[in-house]
Amino acid sequence: MFPVKELKRSALISLWFAFLTFPIMVIKVDPIERLVNYRWDNMFFIAFGSFVLSILAKVFIIRKEKKEARKKPKAATEPFMQRVIREPRFLYPLSIACFVFGLSFPYLFSTYQTNIMTTALMYVVLGLGLNIVVGVAGLLDLGYVAFYAVGAYSYALLNFHFGLGFWVVLPIGGILAAFLGILLGFPVLRLRGDYLAIVTLGFGEIIRLILENWNTFSQGPSGVANIARPSFFGIDMSFAGGIIYIYYLVLLLVVFTIFVVNRLQNSRLGRAWLALREDEIACEAMGIDKTKTKLMAFSLGACWAGLVGVIFAAKTTFVNPASFTFLESAIILSIVVLGGMGSIIGVIMGALILILLPEYLRALSEYRMLAFGAILVIMMVFKPNGIISNVRRSYRFKKNVSTGGESNG
Amino acid sequence: MDYFIELFFGGLTRGSIYALIALGYTMVYGIIGLINFAHGEIYMIGAFTSFIVATVLSIYGFPLLAIVVIAGLAAAVWSSAYGFTIEKLAYRPLRKAPRLAPLISAIGMSIFLQNYVLLAQTSDFLPFPALIPEFAFMEPVAHIVGSSDLVILVTTTLVMIALTCLIKYTKIGKAMRATAQDKTMAVLVGINVDRVISATFIIGSALAAIGGLLIASHIGQINFYIGFIAGIKAFTAAVLGGIGSIPGAVLGSLVLGLTESFATGYVSSDYEDVFAFSLLVLILIFKPSGLLGKAENKKV
Amino acid sequence: MAESPVILTVDSLSKKFGGVKAVDNVGLDIRQGEIVALIGPNGAGKTTFFNCLTGIYTPTSGDINLSDPETGKTTRLNGKKPNIITAIGMARTFQNIRLFPSMSVLENVMIGRHCRTKSLIFGAILRNKATRIEEKEIIADSYAILQKIGLHKQVNELAKNLSYGAQRRLEIGRALATEPFLLLLDEPAAGMNPNETETLVSLIRQICREGHSILLIEHDMKLVMSLSDRIFVMDYGKKIAQGTPEEVRANPEVIKAYLGEEVDA
Repeated sequence: MFPVKELKRSALISLWFAFLTFPIMVIKVDPIERLVNYRWDNMFFIAFGSFVLSILAKVFIIRKEKKEARKKPKAATEPFMQRVIREPRFLYPLSIACFVFGLSFPYLFSTYQTNIMTTALMYVVLGLGLNIVVGVAGLLDLGYVAFYAVGAYSYALLNFHFGLGFWVVLPIGGILAAFLGILLGFPVLRLRGDYLAIVTLGFGEIIRLILENWNTFSQGPSGVANIARPSFFGIDMSFAGGIIYIYYLVLLLVVFTIFVVNRLQNSRLGRAWLALREDEIACEAMGIDKTKTKLMAFSLGACWAGLVGVIFAAKTTFVNPASFTFLESAIILSIVVLGGMGSIIGVIMGALILILLPEYLRALSEYRMLAFGAILVIMMVFKPNGIISNVRRSYRFKKNVSTGGESNG
Repeated sequence: MDYFIELFFGGLTRGSIYALIALGYTMVYGIIGLINFAHGEIYMIGAFTSFIVATVLSIYGFPLLAIVVIAGLAAAVWSSAYGFTIEKLAYRPLRKAPRLAPLISAIGMSIFLQNYVLLAQTSDFLPFPALIPEFAFMEPVAHIVGSSDLVILVTTTLVMIALTCLIKYTKIGKAMRATAQDKTMAVLVGINVDRVISATFIIGSALAAIGGLLIASHIGQINFYIGFIAGIKAFTAAVLGGIGSIPGAVLGSLVLGLTESFATGYVSSDYEDVFAFSLLVLILIFKPSGLLGKAENKKV
Repeated sequence: MAESPVILTVDSLSKKFGGVKAVDNVGLDIRQGEIVALIGPNGAGKTTFFNCLTGIYTPTSGDINLSDPETGKTTRLNGKKPNIITAIGMARTFQNIRLFPSMSVLENVMIGRHCRTKSLIFGAILRNKATRIEEKEIIADSYAILQKIGLHKQVNELAKNLSYGAQRRLEIGRALATEPFLLLLDEPAAGMNPNETETLVSLIRQICREGHSILLIEHDMKLVMSLSDRIFVMDYGKKIAQGTPEEVRANPEVIKAYLGEEVDA
């Protein structure tokens, strides 16, 4: 039934993996006791697993090829899910339903779940913020976490030293982060794509290292604790109440962010960013000031990270440099890429998938990060263009008269 | 003055290790334009493999020289195997994808490999046996330059020469240079581009593995996380020298190693990494393509 | 009858790359309402010349002066950034089409309107009255241009899905949206079949009638001879001839440079 050639190929593959993983999976040495332990069961597990997986992969590929051959060759049609989501008659009720669900979430689920959802929503905002920089303007920023840290630490330190409240610091955090974005952007934005990536990565690390080592300023690795929660018109909240309060705060921020980002993307500025991403040289030749446009994207994105940073500090009431590693930047970037560069809905879905999934995979405990890494690779291999790929706004024109009709992008 | 010389050689040693890793980054970038984030993990796996093999062999009572050679070979072989497999699984399917997809895939691979080693082995710092003995003739200068430093410098130099010969004079070297310059043409003149790319990964990984073995023996301990920071530094060095340029990678690594050594020696050791990145930013501001990088001539 | 004013003066322009002189002491001038062609064999340095004019390269030596025919204001272009030059009133198309592939046809033209409009971040977010009016105008103006170049039926099509000839026309439309008084076209007819070329010729004539001046690089001699008021000829970076089409056609230097190519088309 199943071609022998394929079985032989899978057998070779499983042999290869058994060989590949031999030293690390099979051999375990105890240098102190001078003992060697051979874990042969691991080897059988790997061999068997890779055999099965390679067979499944081949089946999947064959099925996909058969499907492609059956389909009538025509201009690329949008995948079904994407078309469904785009349809305005479907989109608006769906959005409202989601919003209502979001509003009632804390009353339907436990405090623990609400806390997780809050984190996920915070990453939605972070993703949308980075989306402006990477997805729309095409600037590869690998150090986004630096602005996140600026927001968090500005609240932590201003609260610690001067007792400033949450609502006072929230805009300050955003402005500080935006300012840092302009400061960093100025020398750096004229670098070519991949050079920009490594410089921003380096910058993110520099910020983290400074926070870790400049003890007098940032209290070093131990961080700042006992940060005040946001108050509700002066009333302090209980623990559970505080969590719900922050949840609604973040939900509000999400709605606000979606609103602003959507407006930006479909504006003169948004188009300039897209042009920048598509072809920098042509963009400049058409009269757009490259530097100013890049700086706008960079600092606006930074501002958002700053805002979320302030909320992060208020939510966890404790910040230390360990929360702001490169891994964070990588996760946020993955959300943007997975979502489909520039697509708001895609980024939201990407954030929910990448953040909620590991949380609900807590059952796997120590295999969580392993699975996370594997998920990133698998998602990229199967959907390199992201979940939702690019669709531009369409316009309706009556004869000789134009109306700007739209479907959301 | 002694201190200065000590720092100087220390910097060269550091730079040599970075160079062994940076070469892998720069070769892969030169040929497929990808920042291989998982390369640091290849280096770490090389260190681990040599650790495991060396420890096993020493428990079985093999002589030191045999241990060094076999462990080195093992590290190179297995790291190359990992490099080859990673390319096939995570990067080859994404050759035609938008530029960021392979990058995320590489990041995912990096996370996966780190945790793979962590789970399969341990999160502890493992003591690495000193595979390089103290040479008697080094005794008079031992307080400035260790035997270990000497071995690292000599090995790295030999490896560089071998690599240069390979790139310049062999058929595969020519094929690599051709593919790096113009992939489409390379295909059209009959070069098996897939094989060339695999070869690039294999060579880069083997170099990183040797670096892993050398540094592990030099420092005396390994841990599943060493790949990450070494990887970033080595990549920084490659960019510093001009990404895609092999002599650039070496130059950038030496500059980085020396800068770090002198900065931590004379200023402060806490901010070691800050110096590295600040150096990068500074150089790129004045020379946006890196020290030896070719300025991109826009063909408009 | 007064001669129309000079709008572009290039004096002794040179551009060196390392040791290679890609453009060697070339000068030209353009009057308002003219169609001027720059021709020469491949590798003569014509596109490099264009790139110097439009700010992508900084000339090694020489002077480029652009004069607005309406205000009479003259600006020296050397070393200015491309977007500044476009804002002054000189726009271009590219030899290898550089559209924005993932943006729609309409949006590509709308980008051209960018330097003639001004709403910024707050306008984008608030969508106040002034911004909304400006958006409507941008859309209307862009659509009008699409009608002029014959692409209004493909308004929402992604630029990358257009046919080759349509893409070239779209690039021209995008450049027109910047309201240039001087339009630089780099091989606009390259790769076009005779039908498409005819459409292009009438489009260029129409653009010229509407008051734009044109400087074009072309290899299609029939197009060049029939369209141009004056021609400048380059070879190996130097200017080897200039004059009316008849003068250039008969020029022995030009014939020598094009040896093997049909000059009399």
